[in-house]
Amino acid sequence: MRARVFVTLKPSVFDPQGTTVAEALHTLGYAAVKDVRQGKYFELEIDARTPEDARRLASEAADKLLANPVIESYRIEVDSGAAETVR
Amino acid sequence: MKFAVVVFPGSNCDHDAYHAARHVLGQEAAFVWHKDTSLLGADVVILPGGFAHGDYLRTGAIARFSPIMQEVRRFAEAGGPVLGICNGFQVLLEAGLLPGAMLRNRSVRFQCEHVFVKVEHTDTPFTSGCLPGRVLRIPIAHGEGNYYAEPEVIDGLEKNRQVIFRYATAAGAVTPDANPNGSVNNIAGLCSDARNVVGLMPHPERACELAVGSVDGLVLLESVVASISQGALATAR
Repeated sequence: MRARVFVTLKPSVFDPQGTTVAEALHTLGYAAVKDVRQGKYFELEIDARTPEDARRLASEAADKLLANPVIESYRIEVDSGAAETVR
Repeated sequence: MKFAVVVFPGSNCDHDAYHAARHVLGQEAAFVWHKDTSLLGADVVILPGGFAHGDYLRTGAIARFSPIMQEVRRFAEAGGPVLGICNGFQVLLEAGLLPGAMLRNRSVRFQCEHVFVKVEHTDTPFTSGCLPGRVLRIPIAHGEGNYYAEPEVIDGLEKNRQVIFRYATAAGAVTPDANPNGSVNNIAGLCSDARNVVGLMPHPERACELAVGSVDGLVLLESVVASISQGALATAR
């Protein structure tokens, strides 16, 4: 089963990389791009019986390692089409 | 007195720290591999600079789970003096031994230069030999030294006098221009609640001999040697 984990900086945290990318886009003429936030995306292939099990494991992995709760939050999608986990 | 210098795969200032302790200060020093489970009876532990585990995922995020870190935690909780330098500081943050996290430098550049750092408090084992307000000229070399913590965490750190080093001008003025990376409140280094764990982004171990341009970093290591000789610290071994 495949879980997708999206890690992003919390809204309150300044994102120097995202700001730089936004400035580059403005230089290219994309004035319509108001803001860019850069994050990380993980695909986890998980040996699990149910989507719920896969989601639980992915969430544990995100809590322990993939995201730093001081500055980041994450969102999980599991391929079965079940609802998202957002934390 | 014995220094243990932890070596992670990707550490690159481990020899600088060893050299400062062993050859400049004339103390005993030993390298400890990150997979080891003993600090070899050391009196002081240094987590050195570098790029542990290639800085993959986040700086210090994977090093935090190295077997030796359980021993480092135990040593710190028993009151032993621990110094995290640059990447070592980042490891301490990820391990939760110090609060907060590092973001990319505001400039989005790797900043490699000598900076001025003001010593705010002298009641830590690594600053006890300084006069309060002393300004040290020490190099930095990092891409992710932009210290961040929630405002209430920052308030707590300031109230508990845990901000030990701040980026400043040569005269000791803490100004936005003196801040090389965007750190909140110009924070360059912190200590733990119990004050025995200290982390900083600048490299004192690279400023211990005139041949490398500054000897201002030496006071950190001299301080810890004096603190231990005077029995000012709980024995952690």
